[in-house]
Amino acid sequence: MRPLLRVTDVRKYFPIREGLFVQKEVGRVHAVDGVSLEVRAGETLGIVGESGCGKSTLARCITGLYPVTSGSIEFDGDPRREVQMIFQDPYGSLNPRRRIGSIIADPLVIHRVGTKAERRRRVQELMELVGLNPEHFNRFPAEFSGGQRQRIGIARALALRPRLVVCDEPVSALDVSIQAQVINLLKDLQAELGLTYVFIAHDLSVVRYVSDRVAVMYLGRIVETAAGEDLYKLPRHPYTNALLSAASVADPDLSARRERIVLTGDVPSPIAPPSGCRFHPRCPKAMPKCVTDDPRLLAQGRPEGGHLAACHFPVEPGERLGSEKAQIEQESTEPHLEKGGGT
Amino acid sequence: MALLEVSGLTVSFPTPDGAVQAVRGLSFDVERGRTLGIVGESGSGKSVSTQALMGLVRGAEVAGSALFEGRQLIGMPAEELRRLRGAEISMIFQDPLSSLHPLYTVGWQIVELIRIHEPFVGKAQARKRAAELLGLVGIPQPERRVDDYPHQFSGGMRQRAMIAMALALNPKLIIADEPTTALDATVQAQILDLMMRLQKEFDTALIMITHDLGVIADIADEVLVMYAGKPVERAGRRDLYYRPHHPYTVGLLESVPSTTGAKERLKPVPGQPPSLLRPPSGCTFHPRCPYVMSRCRREEPPLMGEPGHQSACWLPLDVVGLGPEAARRREEESS
Repeated sequence: MRPLLRVTDVRKYFPIREGLFVQKEVGRVHAVDGVSLEVRAGETLGIVGESGCGKSTLARCITGLYPVTSGSIEFDGDPRREVQMIFQDPYGSLNPRRRIGSIIADPLVIHRVGTKAERRRRVQELMELVGLNPEHFNRFPAEFSGGQRQRIGIARALALRPRLVVCDEPVSALDVSIQAQVINLLKDLQAELGLTYVFIAHDLSVVRYVSDRVAVMYLGRIVETAAGEDLYKLPRHPYTNALLSAASVADPDLSARRERIVLTGDVPSPIAPPSGCRFHPRCPKAMPKCVTDDPRLLAQGRPEGGHLAACHFPVEPGERLGSEKAQIEQESTEPHLEKGGGT
Repeated sequence: MALLEVSGLTVSFPTPDGAVQAVRGLSFDVERGRTLGIVGESGSGKSVSTQALMGLVRGAEVAGSALFEGRQLIGMPAEELRRLRGAEISMIFQDPLSSLHPLYTVGWQIVELIRIHEPFVGKAQARKRAAELLGLVGIPQPERRVDDYPHQFSGGMRQRAMIAMALALNPKLIIADEPTTALDATVQAQILDLMMRLQKEFDTALIMITHDLGVIADIADEVLVMYAGKPVERAGRRDLYYRPHHPYTVGLLESVPSTTGAKERLKPVPGQPPSLLRPPSGCTFHPRCPYVMSRCRREEPPLMGEPGHQSACWLPLDVVGLGPEAARRREEESS
C-alpha cells in the first residue's frame, strides 16, 4: 500500500552569512540532515527529541513552510490543502487584532472556498467540532484561555478538510488538566475524520500515549524508530535509552527504582556535527568505530517488526548502560568549597 | 521551630475591576534540609506567593505572617529584606537568560553577589570562589569559563550558573521556581540530580515550585497542591501520589498519560480555572468537581485531616486513592 506521506533523505541547511556588504556564506546549520520516513493513512507518527534536534524544522519541511535543501517529500494528495499544521504557541499563532471567526475562515478565503455565507456556516461547524461555542465567532483571541486558543488553531487547521495534520508541540504550552482535554479532542477528531497525524513533542509520555509509531531524532537525524510500545519497552539506541531514563514520571516509586543514565555535556553544534555517529561524544558505549563510521538505520530483531536503530552496538535486552562518564564528571566536580564559606 | 513558617498569607492586586485575589490564605512550614514541592497550574498562586514573601511583587497587597528563623518577612523594611535575599534565602527562576545580565561575565556576576554581601572578601578571592562554585555545579573548565558571557553558555549551563549563584553565600533556603521547565529532559535530569546532591551536602531547605508532577515525584519530601490561590491538599510525597484525597489532585494525576503506556482515554479536569476577581462561592473547585455536593457550594472547606496529610474537601477523609474503587467511594459519598 502506498503511504500517505513519504519523506526521502530530506536535508535542510540554514546558511550562516557574514559580511556587511557582500554576504559570504561561512557555514551551515545542518538542522535536518538526511531524514527518511513514511506515514500511513490513519496512523499517528510521533517524533521526539530535544531542542535543536531538528524536529520542528522537519515539521515545517513536511508542511511546505520551508523549502528543502535536498531530498523529496511525496504526499498522496494535494499538499497545499490536505496538509495542515497546528502550532505550539496558542498566543503567538493567532493574530490578536482579528476576530476568531475570520482567523478560522482564513484557509477558506485563501483557497476561495464557498460564498461568504457558506464560509460562516463552515466556521461555526468547525467551532462546534472542536468544542467552542459557535456564537463566539465575533470575539478576539484575548477573550479565550490557552486551551481554547489551541482549539481555535485546531479549527483553522481543519477548515480545508486535511488528511494529514502536523502537530508541533500542540499541548506543551498548556496546563496539565487542559493538556488532557486537547489530547482527547485530537484523538476524537482523528477517529471521526480519519486524520493522519505527525505528532511532534518533547514530552515522552504524551507521545507514547498518542502515537502508533515513534521516531527519535538527535542532531538532525532519526536514530531510532519503532512501533510505540517496542520503542518504550526495548529501546536499542543508547540515546533513546538515556532519553527515556531521564524523563520524569509522576510516580515516585517507579522514579526511585529507575536507573538513570545521566548524559554528560551538551548537544554538539549542528554547524559542525561530530564525525561518525553523531552521538559518540556523549555515548556511554562509544568505541573507536563510532568515531569514524556513520551508522545506518538498520532493522533490530525481526525485520518485519519495523524496529530500526542507527547504532553499531545496539543496547541488548537486559543490558545495563554503564554511566562511567557520569562518574568521571561527578568526581571532577567533588566540592572543593568549604562549608559555611561566608567567613 | 521550622525554618520558614508561613500562615494566612494573602496576596491581592488592586485593579479597576476590583481586587485580584491571587493568594487567599496560604499556610505551610519548611523544615531545615527538607524539600517542599508546591504544585499547581497557571494562576494557582504558586509563584506569586513565594515572590510576595521575598518582597518581589510590586503593587500587591500582602498580608499574613511568614517567620524565617523567627524573623517576620511580611512588612520587613526593603533594605533588610534585600540583605536577606541571596545571603540566607536565594531564588532560582525558570529563565536563566533573563536572570543573568547579558553584558557582564558570569564570573563577574557571582563576584558581585559575594562582595555585596561580604564586602571584606577580596576580588581575587571572590573570583576564585566563583570558579569553584562553577566547578561544583559541573561546568567544565571553570577557571576558564568563569570569564564567559551568559550567551556563551548553553541553556543547561546557564541554569547551572544560576544554581552556583544561589549557593554562593550558602543560604539556608533556596526557592526554585520552575527551574527546569525550559530545559530538555536529559538536562532536566542532570539539574535535578545536582540540586538534590548539593541540597544533601549543604543541608539546605528547598521550595520547589512547578507544574510538573514528574519533577515533584523525583524531588519533594512534602507536597502542597494549590488551586485558585488556595492550598487544596498537603501530604507526604507517596501519600499524594498513591492516596490522594482532593478531587483536584486526583484530576491532575489522572490527566497525565499512564506510566505503563496504557491507552485508556485520559480523564481531564473539566472546565477552566475560575476568575480570581470573583472566585466561586464555597469551595473554589466546586464548579469543576465531579463529586460536588450542595454543601460545597455554600461552605468553604478548610484544610482538614492529620498533620501529615490534609485536604480542603468535604468528602470523608478515608476516601482516598486513585482508580475505580476510590472513584466509586467518592461518588457514593457525594450522591
